[in-house]
Amino acid sequence: MSQPGTENPRDVERLTVPPDRRSVAEQPKWRRDFPIDFAEDDYTARRDLVKFIVLTSAALVVGQGWLVLKALFGKGGAAPPVLPVAEVDELPVGGAKTFTYPEGSTPRLLVRTGPEAFVAYDQQCTHLLCPVVPAVEQGRLHCPCHNGWFDLATGRPIAGPPRRALPRIRLEVRERTVYATGVEDSAT
Amino acid sequence: MPALENLEFFIDPGRCIGCQACIQACTECDTHKGQSMIQLDYMDRAHSTQTLPVICMHCDSPTCAEVCPADAIKRTEDGVVQTARKPRCIACNNCVLACPFGVPKMNTRMALMMKCDMCYDRTSVGLKPMCASVCPSQALAFGTREEMAKLRPNARPVNTFQFGAQTLRTKVNLMVPRESPGETVDVTAAIYEPAIGHDLLKEVFGDGFQKGDA
Repeated sequence: MSQPGTENPRDVERLTVPPDRRSVAEQPKWRRDFPIDFAEDDYTARRDLVKFIVLTSAALVVGQGWLVLKALFGKGGAAPPVLPVAEVDELPVGGAKTFTYPEGSTPRLLVRTGPEAFVAYDQQCTHLLCPVVPAVEQGRLHCPCHNGWFDLATGRPIAGPPRRALPRIRLEVRERTVYATGVEDSAT
Repeated sequence: MPALENLEFFIDPGRCIGCQACIQACTECDTHKGQSMIQLDYMDRAHSTQTLPVICMHCDSPTCAEVCPADAIKRTEDGVVQTARKPRCIACNNCVLACPFGVPKMNTRMALMMKCDMCYDRTSVGLKPMCASVCPSQALAFGTREEMAKLRPNARPVNTFQFGAQTLRTKVNLMVPRESPGETVDVTAAIYEPAIGHDLLKEVFGDGFQKGDA
């Protein structure tokens, strides 16, 4: 790319004539930016290269800074909603049901692990988003797609391809009703 | 670069015998092996067997490159317009439609515009292009201007073409009769001119020859 406005020695060597056959100086800037001759097309001015490097680096720095700021100050916002998920008596011990939390989310899986104990996780396997199924007798969650296993008590991956824990849904039991109160981020 | 300085390409339609040797030879070119970039045009097929091989004229203001939205068509420092750069070509066909000479060809299988590059691997080292090396009547000739003047006393090279408002000077020369007027071939005007060379056929076949056509 040539520098517009400056004396470029390559303008003198220019072979290709613009279609209107007027001088190079009378041509629009884009025509200089997209030359037809190989020599000019391959030519990179030092100033252009430096400009490119500086601007690209600056864009990367700004992007990183934005991510940092978002992580530091982006946590605030409305408190997660509290939604009823199931009645305690609705599920037998070892039973499970799916629900959405918050409204319109991907399916979540609620499992009754004991008379008063409930756990809930996102149903999507952290490997390739297949739905996981509970294997309560073994204390695990199973993803049949690639034979992945998660710990039922914590959601952590035990075996198979998944490397990240299932996002856990915080639960609260009030007056024989199970409420979902929040989503915990998946930990490695 | 210096190899091409004195050597020039000359097309002489009057010498073309339609043998298609150039088309075959073109497929042997190492820059586009197996693909012929030459098209043999019939000038006036209803009345004449006259043919004309179409090769790239290598314009000083290449319309194909001007219309390329992907900036893919480039010209070497010795003035040869090359096949579209493969990493850039988007196979949009603009060049195929825009070229006033009808030269670029779209290779849809490769999604690449390919065109005559004057056998760049050969001419850049001083060899003749494939087509010129096989043409038996030298309708496609590659040599110096002096050679041509000596070998063809009745013809002279012309390399300026007028297409409406567009003027093109080409690297490849077209041989025209020496006594013909003008330095420019006005192609769009010539479309409306009556075809020449039918007088002889009229003598042979009589007036019915032209009437049957109209």
